[in-house]
Amino acid sequence: MAQTSAKPAITPTGPPLPLIGKSDTKPTWCPGCGDFGVVAAVEMALKKLQIPSHNVVIISGIGCSSNLPHFLNSYGFHAIHGRSLPVAEGIRWANHGLTVIGTGGDGDGFGIGVGHFIHTMRRNVDMTYVTMDNQIYGLTTGQASPTSTIGQKTKSTPNGVIEHPIDPISLALASGATYVARGFSGDVKQLADLVAGGIQHHGFSFVDVFSPCVTYNKLNTFDFFRQRVYKLESAGHDPGDIVAAFARSLEWGDKIPIGLFYRTERPTYEDLEEVLSAGPLALQKSGLKGQDALLDEFV
Amino acid sequence: MTEIGVRVGGQAGDGIASVGETIARSFSRLGLHVFGLNAYQSVIRGGHVYYHARTSTQRPYSQGDGLDILYALDRQTVDVHAPGLRNGGYVVFDPEKFAVSASELPAGVTPLPVPTLEIARKYTSQSILQNAGGVGAMAFLAGIPLDLLHQVLSDSFGRKKGDVVDWNLGASADAFKYAEAHASVHPSAVKKAGAPKLLMTGNQAIALGAAAAGCKFLAQYPMTPASSIMHWMADHSRALGIVVKQAEDELAAINMAIGASFGGVRAMTATSGGGFALMVEALGMAGMTETPVVVVESQRAGPSTGLPTKTEQGDLNMMLGAGQGEFPRAILAPSNPAEAFHHMIRAFDLAETWQTPVLVASDLHLSENHMTVDRDELPFTVDPASLFTVTPNAHEYKRYQYTPSGVSPRALPGQPGLQFIAGSDEHDEKGHLVSDVHSGIPVWVAERTRMMDKRMHKLDGILAQSLPPVWEGPADAPLTFVAWGSTVGAIRDAMVVLAAQGRATNLLFFPTVFPLNGKGIHDTIAKTHRTLLVEANFTGQLGRLLRAEAGVVFPERFFKYDGEPFYPHELVARALEVLNHGAN
Repeated sequence: MAQTSAKPAITPTGPPLPLIGKSDTKPTWCPGCGDFGVVAAVEMALKKLQIPSHNVVIISGIGCSSNLPHFLNSYGFHAIHGRSLPVAEGIRWANHGLTVIGTGGDGDGFGIGVGHFIHTMRRNVDMTYVTMDNQIYGLTTGQASPTSTIGQKTKSTPNGVIEHPIDPISLALASGATYVARGFSGDVKQLADLVAGGIQHHGFSFVDVFSPCVTYNKLNTFDFFRQRVYKLESAGHDPGDIVAAFARSLEWGDKIPIGLFYRTERPTYEDLEEVLSAGPLALQKSGLKGQDALLDEFV
Repeated sequence: MTEIGVRVGGQAGDGIASVGETIARSFSRLGLHVFGLNAYQSVIRGGHVYYHARTSTQRPYSQGDGLDILYALDRQTVDVHAPGLRNGGYVVFDPEKFAVSASELPAGVTPLPVPTLEIARKYTSQSILQNAGGVGAMAFLAGIPLDLLHQVLSDSFGRKKGDVVDWNLGASADAFKYAEAHASVHPSAVKKAGAPKLLMTGNQAIALGAAAAGCKFLAQYPMTPASSIMHWMADHSRALGIVVKQAEDELAAINMAIGASFGGVRAMTATSGGGFALMVEALGMAGMTETPVVVVESQRAGPSTGLPTKTEQGDLNMMLGAGQGEFPRAILAPSNPAEAFHHMIRAFDLAETWQTPVLVASDLHLSENHMTVDRDELPFTVDPASLFTVTPNAHEYKRYQYTPSGVSPRALPGQPGLQFIAGSDEHDEKGHLVSDVHSGIPVWVAERTRMMDKRMHKLDGILAQSLPPVWEGPADAPLTFVAWGSTVGAIRDAMVVLAAQGRATNLLFFPTVFPLNGKGIHDTIAKTHRTLLVEANFTGQLGRLLRAEAGVVFPERFFKYDGEPFYPHELVARALEVLNHGAN
């Protein structure tokens, strides 16, 4: 098996290159939005890991949270609704020297994009996926999302949600993700550590973030989570134990766990794709000039 | 012109396609041009299937009309195909399975019973070996030398050695000799004509063309008739250094290709109409983010699941209109494998030069049938330029900078100091959103108009670099066929037949279906005497496009939507009808 290294895509020469920072675009989220904590955590994580900004690509879908790439000065791809992960996979496979981070919301990732979510995890693509889960559709002004609570009244469910919510953590565990964590945008320091751990992790890392919508979700507020969350690392949870991770993922009510649920090592898609063992695809020779012998198979 | 049509028919699972391909490849090894039609159904076992190989001293561009040698593995094949046999023809069958009498065959056609099962039993209890007997008898009748047949058979087993190969060689030789003792070679039997030709399907030519163009990434979801593009690419992935990804669906496939292109490689996807319908939104994203991507759309008969294994040209409207809003695109339409190879190279060049999606319209008839190509028709001369074209740390880099051509400098992630956001929202020159934040503010309203103008202006450049419509045949002919895509093949063959009858016709076809030079087409159509629009669809989608773009109408039409390809004789009949009946 070829182990793909995380060396820079294009070896820079000259003075040290700048680390990630804020872009010249100011976030457009509502004052008090949970997503401010997430963009801060992503920035902190990348700074902590000393990854220069030109080697980072942040890919998002559509939704309030998917505007995140605009607020940092890395490369970014603000894709269409639900499709951030396949775009991110394509970027990773074209240049696996890049640090690739997917960002988006619960509607984007667990509604319209849930098929890609599952398949990206089973492939163990070496990237990080951070979801800002506010349990509501914000940008379309407050409809139920796949993670909305049963009974919750929204614009699309005036009599209350009647569908069981998706649990992203259990789904990730079942789908073969090799790093599964949950953060809270009310605890940026822990969240930054979880994101940094995910970026460092060799394989697909998933960080679901309670990122309250202060405008459209009056149920799952900052206070709601502050009263309920507890940290797995303080509760003696062993992140190497997938059965324990499943059990913790099912906890919901007065006590809700945050932190690292599960971590394991498995070869990544890039490790197993033989073509990538020759280095980032974008730097490999392309074309078949002079390879006329290839036509012999058609004789 | 001497030609011979050889056909094998039976049930799906009988190995019909490999029998047919063996005969087709024997012809191409003899240096003959071949068209091989593989007719099948959407079942893996059972159901009637056949393969027809046509070779001719004049290069065939379609399956043609004539049948001379029929190998029937079941009685149904005799019932369906024997009435089409020409004088001097043969029906090869095994009398152990069913009987065929001379009285039920057309005049001058001979039944040739060959004990293929009995021969097979000499070697194995596996009845599939009867096909080797059938191939041997057909080869004798068609004039294929036994040693050449054996070479083709051995090669078809690749590096496999042992009993199976020996049984096939033995059984085919026995049947060849049996036929030699009981029949004479067909009067139109072939002779060696020169150096071996290449036999390939349209899809193989598409994949080969993509690889020659420097494609490094293919993401695809299986769908007939596009799947074999992925099969060829997957087989050659390691040798050629091309990442081939079978995606979870077509949504993922095109988004992966767009991601890979953004990441710095030439990338493509391929599908049929149903899958392309799922790709539509991402196609617009490629247009908006100005990311090159090549999409092959191999059409099959619709609507909905339609006829999965039958051909049609019913998706042109969808290709033209795919995507909300407006963005520049090109649609190329090869008519045969040699053209498909070159169109793929052109598609990648256009996509990269103009940073926008390019569609290549194929169809089942082109994608899955065999045609021969001469070696020098497929030159491997492309030396793809590096995509790293922007100087790192360029001062005030603007990814979507306004330029006279509409094409902006394209940085790739990993290049220091050039970071930008590719946005599916409307954006300014630097990639900043203007969609949500700036609505109604005059400066941003103007910005939106300018950015649309910039993108759409690329169509002028694409048109200037695209292949113009092609004329074939004598100028000033009294009838002009108008067509696109694989339909061109049967028209070329029909024109030969018409010319032999003293009826001159010519052909206008469209290697580039979009964009078009409307004025030029208007003027060129104005010079024709009479036109006949030929399309494999119900509504005449090219005709509608030409009416919109060039203001021309086509009163005489021949539209087919039964899933079957055009046959030259149908086109001849329709052309004569138009030529012989008054002014239009």
